[in-house]
Amino acid sequence: MTRVFISRDMASVALGADEVARAFVDAGVEVVRTGSRGLFRIEPLVEVEVPDGRTGYGPVGPEDVSAVLAGTHPNRLGDVEAMPFFVGQQRFTFARCGVIDPLDMDAYAAQGGWVGLDAARAMVPAEVVAVVRDSGLRGRGGAGFPTGIKWQTVLAAPGPEKFIVCNADEGDSGTFADRLLMEGDPFCLIEGMAIAGHAVGADYGYVYIRSEYPFAVATMRDAISRSADRVAPFRLEVRVGAGAYVCGEETALLDSIEGRRGQVRAKPPLPAIKGLFGKPTVINNVLSLAAAPFILSHGASAYADVGFGRSRGTMPIQIAGNVRNGGLYEVGFGVTLGELVNGIGGGTESGRPVRAVQVGGPLGAYFPPSMFHLPFDYEAFAAAGGLIGHAGLTVFDDTVDMAGMARFAMEFCAAESCGKCTPCRIGSTRGVETVDRIIAGDRIDENLEILRDLCDTMKFGSLCALGGFTPYPVLSALEHFPEDFGGVSAFATAAE
Amino acid sequence: MLIIDWKPRFDGGVPARQSGRMGRKDRPIERPAVQADPIFAPTVDRLKATLGVDRGMLLPWLHAVQAEFGYIDDRIVPVVADALNLSRADVHGVVTFYHDFRRQPAGRHVVRLCRAESCQARGGKAIERAAVQKLGVAMGNTRADGQVSLEPVYCLGLCATGPNALVDGMPVSRIDAARLDRLIDQVNA
Repeated sequence: MTRVFISRDMASVALGADEVARAFVDAGVEVVRTGSRGLFRIEPLVEVEVPDGRTGYGPVGPEDVSAVLAGTHPNRLGDVEAMPFFVGQQRFTFARCGVIDPLDMDAYAAQGGWVGLDAARAMVPAEVVAVVRDSGLRGRGGAGFPTGIKWQTVLAAPGPEKFIVCNADEGDSGTFADRLLMEGDPFCLIEGMAIAGHAVGADYGYVYIRSEYPFAVATMRDAISRSADRVAPFRLEVRVGAGAYVCGEETALLDSIEGRRGQVRAKPPLPAIKGLFGKPTVINNVLSLAAAPFILSHGASAYADVGFGRSRGTMPIQIAGNVRNGGLYEVGFGVTLGELVNGIGGGTESGRPVRAVQVGGPLGAYFPPSMFHLPFDYEAFAAAGGLIGHAGLTVFDDTVDMAGMARFAMEFCAAESCGKCTPCRIGSTRGVETVDRIIAGDRIDENLEILRDLCDTMKFGSLCALGGFTPYPVLSALEHFPEDFGGVSAFATAAE
Repeated sequence: MLIIDWKPRFDGGVPARQSGRMGRKDRPIERPAVQADPIFAPTVDRLKATLGVDRGMLLPWLHAVQAEFGYIDDRIVPVVADALNLSRADVHGVVTFYHDFRRQPAGRHVVRLCRAESCQARGGKAIERAAVQKLGVAMGNTRADGQVSLEPVYCLGLCATGPNALVDGMPVSRIDAARLDRLIDQVNA
């Protein structure tokens, strides 16, 4: 019987993959539901099993069953992995995503699953930590803190009870890598958490997933119960957020798991010393933990050999917004912004010129095409007044109003502030008002100066990245697109 | 002239986090016995049995309450607080902090439309204006006939195929005028 592979990823379902799958089942075809390969222009994608691999067709509708099975459908893609979008990738973390049934334990094991966990458990904890440290892995959530050093701190912290917490509160617009992995290869994250548990001496883990990701919640819960025996004595559970963006901040997330309002904690103490319920806690992003199985199974140098400068390994980059080839592109650090947007991304979907790219979600800077030479690297982006964050790129065409985007950044911060520190809570509201005055043409120079000063206060006075990084989109919009804020002359005066 | 010329002082001025400042206490707090409204008693008994009253179970409890009743009635707050040995203020604070928890029933259909940057880059604002006008309800509100609630959501993680929405929990991408009309027919039916 013919076998076809169709994604059950939330993005594919949003584009109609369920209807397509149902049509194939009705036609008597065996359908395997996989995760998404991560190129959304070709979803719903149907891959037909052939003797030497799979032949892809996409996008496909429910009415296309016979044309696909006959091989005559015009959207024939051939071998999907040979497409330019996939050939250039280095899929360390996302190797299985889109290929296997995400809940099939046998398929996971057949594709190299659990090798990393078995390798880790053959070592003493300090050796595991050393491997992760030598791999150069840095926190993929945005801050880029070396994962090995974090694990070392928790390993060294005394106490019989420690926790592994996975931050899957992926609230940044333009990012979806965590969701894609949890829906497409959940055992990879579970294996990574079990490795972390062995490395630091923790036997319990939490995966905190935002409520906006119902598919990821269901898939992770199912995968956890299926793999419980395999990862024992390590145990873990899913906790679901409740629509608070700030809970993506690690200490607010811990408070949320503890059943409180998600409010940011002052640091120190670090969560590695006093984290969840006051116990030493490893809190890592999905992508950091999901990188661990590759590092343990292939060795630290296989990971560290890829990359740029002090940014080692691969980064699952998410290309989003108004872009032709939107999707997930995992590649070693060092690729330039322009290559990602115009080369791989193929420019805007609207066909108009690219005007701005926001890198790193709502707290990331807006870059104009004149800065497209920037290499994807933590330090290079920091030096350019921005951040990589969770590696989401949101592409805008020339119809974007940058003063409006600056206002939105402040408005979002005002809506999502946890309220604990004044610069963020009050500053964001004052920021919206000030941008409104600028847009209205009211004493532009004076208000620009106030806005800059306000941003300065928020950046250095806020407790966490929400208030602290909201100035990035605001100031970068001011700096690179002054013409949207009442004219170049006004900007030049204010900058003096 | 600068109007805002102050600088915040956070150099050591932040007090250390005090244990037990709120949340679960070691001993029950003295307070009058809570008379559970009869409609909530079976739910609370069941949650005690299924979820338990361990540390940190407040959010799972509230999700379960909302899943059952469609919202979190003010009258269940003291009952939940009593069951988990929390103060009413703790529970009220959590219910009002998180955007997901509702204190009034939603409409029969819920349309959650994404307002975040990636959807804006793909024409989300125009779709939002059209949705407000065609549904006849302002963003963040339930229509007077109780048929539909229109709510903002900030990112569904479908950022390459926006504008996006969750309609009664099911994701919809690439919303254009035609797809919006179909959605509206669906929720008006």
